[in-house]
Amino acid sequence: MEFLADVSHFLRQFWGLWLMLIFGGIVLWAFWPKNKDRFEKYGEIPLRDDQDEER
Amino acid sequence: MSIIKHHAKIETNALLLVLGIFVTVIIGGLVEIVPLFTIKNTIEKVEGVRPYTPLELAGRNIYIREGCYNCHSQMVRPFRDELERYGHYSLAAESMYDHPFQWSSKRTGPDLARVGGKYSNEWHRRHLVNPRDVVPESIMPGYPHLMKKELTFNDAAAHMKTLELVGVPYSGIEGALENASADFEAQATPDADQEALLTRYPKAVVGDFDGQPDKITEMDALVAYLQVLGTMVDFTAFDPAAANAIR
Amino acid sequence: MAHGAQTDTTPYVEGVIKKFVLAAVFWGVIGFLAGDFIAWELAFPALNLDLEWTTFGRLRPLHTSAVIFAFGGNILLGTSLFVVQRTSRASLYGGAVLGNIVFWGYQLFIVMAALGYVLGVTQGREYAEPEWFVDLYLTVVWVLYLAVFLGTILKRNEPHIYVANWFYLAFIVTIALLHLGNNMAVPVALMGGDSWIKSYSFFSGVQDAMTQWWYGHNAVGFFLTAGFLGVMYYFVPKQANRPVYSYRLSIVHFWALIFLYIWAGPHHLHYTALPDWTQTLGMVFSIMLWMPSWGGMINGLMTLSGAWDKLRTDPVLRFLVVSVGFYGMSTFEGPMMSIKAVNSLSHYTDWTVGHVHSGALGWVAFVSFGALYYMVPALWKRRSLYSLKLVSLHFWIATIGIVLYITSMWVSGIMQGLMWRAYDELGFLQYSFIESVEAMHPYYIIRATGGVLFVLGALVMVYNFYRTIKGDVREDSPQAAYLGSAAGAQQ
Repeated sequence: MEFLADVSHFLRQFWGLWLMLIFGGIVLWAFWPKNKDRFEKYGEIPLRDDQDEER
Repeated sequence: MSIIKHHAKIETNALLLVLGIFVTVIIGGLVEIVPLFTIKNTIEKVEGVRPYTPLELAGRNIYIREGCYNCHSQMVRPFRDELERYGHYSLAAESMYDHPFQWSSKRTGPDLARVGGKYSNEWHRRHLVNPRDVVPESIMPGYPHLMKKELTFNDAAAHMKTLELVGVPYSGIEGALENASADFEAQATPDADQEALLTRYPKAVVGDFDGQPDKITEMDALVAYLQVLGTMVDFTAFDPAAANAIR
Repeated sequence: MAHGAQTDTTPYVEGVIKKFVLAAVFWGVIGFLAGDFIAWELAFPALNLDLEWTTFGRLRPLHTSAVIFAFGGNILLGTSLFVVQRTSRASLYGGAVLGNIVFWGYQLFIVMAALGYVLGVTQGREYAEPEWFVDLYLTVVWVLYLAVFLGTILKRNEPHIYVANWFYLAFIVTIALLHLGNNMAVPVALMGGDSWIKSYSFFSGVQDAMTQWWYGHNAVGFFLTAGFLGVMYYFVPKQANRPVYSYRLSIVHFWALIFLYIWAGPHHLHYTALPDWTQTLGMVFSIMLWMPSWGGMINGLMTLSGAWDKLRTDPVLRFLVVSVGFYGMSTFEGPMMSIKAVNSLSHYTDWTVGHVHSGALGWVAFVSFGALYYMVPALWKRRSLYSLKLVSLHFWIATIGIVLYITSMWVSGIMQGLMWRAYDELGFLQYSFIESVEAMHPYYIIRATGGVLFVLGALVMVYNFYRTIKGDVREDSPQAAYLGSAAGAQQ
């Protein structure tokens, strides 16, 4: 418990920074131009999944 | 960009995804919950809060069983109207022996944090049997069966030992565990010797609660619990400024 | 097949999903009925019958658990196993056997919990009422469910894990964590007590409150939100027959939502004995939560951009889209109510109850109805639903019911809050508490009437499913228009 408390104290100092870094990273990754086509293709996954149609 | 490469891994590796989810959701809990256990100032230092007597404990368990928390809060907030309606705002210390807490989140009926001593035992009994006998507009259910159900609490000591295990200092009260069953009966029996009980549990309300002196019913226990709610702390010796300063 | 040739040719396991669908419908009706019954109890207290098993205090947990865990749970388990097989192009891990163990195991949990409530076996923790042995048992079932779900993902034939599965996975993992964290307790039997049922919670007072609302709020966040967003991300695109508006937005939506949600619990404890720093933190995160919530809403709604006309002809799609609208509304109301000044008025009142129900009825139940209407013909291999007119009827009855519910609770909640804090010209409290109770009476009747409509709508759905499964198609249905617009989605 003591250790966890220390960790939480340490983390608490930086929660704003944490948030922005993680969020920024994810946005960057999701909207990186190179990834665009790949991602938009993933959106099609549910539309080509029907087994009955395939067989 | 390393994060980009890493994320490509996450999105194709289910186990990494699970790990990512776990780490993401654990941070909030760590930061908000863990310090409450270690920061000494989470709970104010006040005089008077004591563990429940066996009878009060049995009553509290009935309160939980009947789901009273679905309509009644036990948490007075620090507003002028609540002060005037209910009394002093609730302190963290007042529920420090409550396993589980019963602050609740709804007031379909009024707050009960300070109901102790406000009404007579007879009022409580009549109100619980049929609320509309004493409050015509009430929408509370009646609990007539509480009067009929005789209550034994032979394993009171086991309950208290369990609570001791999770932090309620019954062993700090001399004779509490050994005399658990005796205390249970003494509190609800009008002519019993209650001196030892009152030494162990100051301010406990004693007597016949249900109007049936020959037996101990669930009504006795529930009313005994209601009558102690919010009465333990001596607020003449409480300094809110000092308490606020440390929090 | 356009992508990733299917090497696993085992057909999808569908028998168990049919069972989940039927169980969801069954428990849904029970849960809605229980809720409406206790709503009438508040209007007419004689309905409590003065019996120990039928009081509001015992039946309210029955209602909340029946709708959240029995109806919602069966929807989530059923749809997740439906979606994960199709988006992974793999059959269920563990096959029908493990699937059935999870199904019956989960139903037994529901029955155990429900019986406990009526008989007074409860931990007294909102939305976590079942006692320690039921909690332990559920943990086992849950681990099996995780194994089935994750196992199916692991043997998938599609390289990418579709985003709906991320949301389902976050739901499964986080609920496990919350369940274990919040239900820590010591049975009295361990110390020689007579009862093997009763236990005392690990934590007490302020720490217990924080743990409980960390759990309670995230039951909303991960059970009723993340899980059902998984439903949205699969069934809205399917029913509209177009990919989600922005897949990239869905990724940002996911991480932002699960990160922010977990912090929001303390807004249930504003102005209580919880330390101020925790309350403030909870408020800040609750307000920030508005953004990912609306990001998700926009993503769901905009999926229809360029195809809004489908709403006119397809009542199933209407259920799904309106549910996303309600999601947007309640995720705006929620952050607003988490502001301490607003909360000081709204807390402890019916406003909270109305807010919960705009989310529960408008979002959770509507998106579930949409998914059910999609799945029933698909699973039972019917050409279409029995009657789309009846779907439309269900939609309108239920919507009117929700509107009655929410508006009456807004009025009664705000009125309560104002009456409690009203002072007369001499500086005394103007109203006694019981006067505020009396003033609620008409609104409780309106609310319960709204509930009746919602139940009736669900019964229309039951009839529609009965005829659909029987294989009937009603002649006067606007099938032509429907089949024309949703071609591919239903076949």
